[in-house]
Amino acid sequence: MTEPIVKFQDVHKSFGDTQVLKGINLDINSAEKVAVIGPSGSGKTTIIRMLMTLEEPTSGDIIVGGTNLWKMEKKGQMVRANEKHLREIRGDIGMVFQHFNLFPHMTILENCMTAPIHVKKEAKEEVRDRSIQMLDRVGLGDKLNNYPSQLSGGQKQRVAMARALVMRPKIMLFDEVTSALDPELVGEVLEVIRDIAKNDDMAMVLVTHEMDFALDIADKVLFLDEGVIAEQGTASQVIEHSTNERLQEFLHRFRK
Amino acid sequence: MNSTYWSWDTFLDALPFVLQGLGYTVGLTIASYLFALLFGFVWTFLRRLPNKVFHFVVTWIMEFIRSTPPLVQLFFIYYAWPMIPGIGVTLSPFTSAVIGLGIHFSTYIGEIYRSGIESVDKGQWEASRALNFTTIDKWKKVILPQALPPTIPMLGNYFIIMFKEVPLASIIGVAGIMLMANSYGAQNWAYLEPLTIVGIIFLLLSYPSAVLIRKLEIKMNTRFDKNATIKGN
Repeated sequence: MTEPIVKFQDVHKSFGDTQVLKGINLDINSAEKVAVIGPSGSGKTTIIRMLMTLEEPTSGDIIVGGTNLWKMEKKGQMVRANEKHLREIRGDIGMVFQHFNLFPHMTILENCMTAPIHVKKEAKEEVRDRSIQMLDRVGLGDKLNNYPSQLSGGQKQRVAMARALVMRPKIMLFDEVTSALDPELVGEVLEVIRDIAKNDDMAMVLVTHEMDFALDIADKVLFLDEGVIAEQGTASQVIEHSTNERLQEFLHRFRK
Repeated sequence: MNSTYWSWDTFLDALPFVLQGLGYTVGLTIASYLFALLFGFVWTFLRRLPNKVFHFVVTWIMEFIRSTPPLVQLFFIYYAWPMIPGIGVTLSPFTSAVIGLGIHFSTYIGEIYRSGIESVDKGQWEASRALNFTTIDKWKKVILPQALPPTIPMLGNYFIIMFKEVPLASIIGVAGIMLMANSYGAQNWAYLEPLTIVGIIFLLLSYPSAVLIRKLEIKMNTRFDKNATIKGN
């Protein structure tokens, strides 16, 4: 078996006096689709935010593609990673946010094109074609020159996914991407994720409250509870065969 | 009208004399405003450096400059500065005024920049990071294009405020309309007409600017909503 693309090794995270994560150990293989479920406040989002380098772990190691993300070697010692080190690894990771975070001063096509052109220094024409293709794929090929303020929440979130995909990440992170949406707009966003999960070979980590959806597309489900991974396995293992009481109780609340 | 207090002859005589100073008045306004716009960036940048002690020192220097009257600062730069051994330099009245007014107002303008930067949503910083922008590109492509436009009306207001502070520079000898009016008054023992002219000139220049800025403000406020046909979320 090949080396996992992401490894968490005894990762802890505290915000002030509050311990959010208490020792996370986790392997994510390339192309693996991982769903993270659990009660709010259990630290789900913090896991992927650390991977996206938006939060620094308090202790422990996160290894991405064989390289330590938050630490680097300097004069034979492991020291805190600098921005240059983070940038090198971050290029392989993409993220879709709960509140979309589109750039309001750019059209949706510009939103998709800006990073490949300025960050990856790719040719403008090639990036334009790829961006249009990607926006077509998420069903927004007719809105290229609209601004984010002219779109619905569901449309904005689909643009955000296209924007992340155009960067061709090896790992895609989804942070509760449907929880800021009106209920009738959730379906269109989930359809796009399903399409990506089925057809693209990148690793995906979804933090979500869409339980049935997560269980449907995920190769692996993690149940996070009070800062630890309380249960993990395939969807059927976790859902049908787990004896974890907290998990049963949690699922029960969603299955009413 | 035959008043002993007001004479149209004096008015017409004083007008061209006072207007000779208009170039300096407008020139000083523009030069010190540009200086303040640039130096405002310096303050904003310095205050964003992570060192806590440094941040504290810079904040207090700004506070000190803001709490001291610009008149005192002008006197200091023009009269006191050259007397300091080693670093003292004698500057022309105009240069002293540009530096004095420029630095004084740059502390306010730095605050405006700061408020603009803080108004940019936290998610924009995170998205820039997730897309792996360099620090420079993040500022150039994402943060400043959103932070600066909302500050334009406030920056415009400071242009008018500075314009009205420029007569202060007459006291160190910048030959703007204020100094010209004053010297006309001293030579002819007639202050009423030349100073009235100064007032009229300021009104004629500030009022249209204020109207323009108000229009700009309305435009800026509607900028992001203008095309919103479907409400998001």
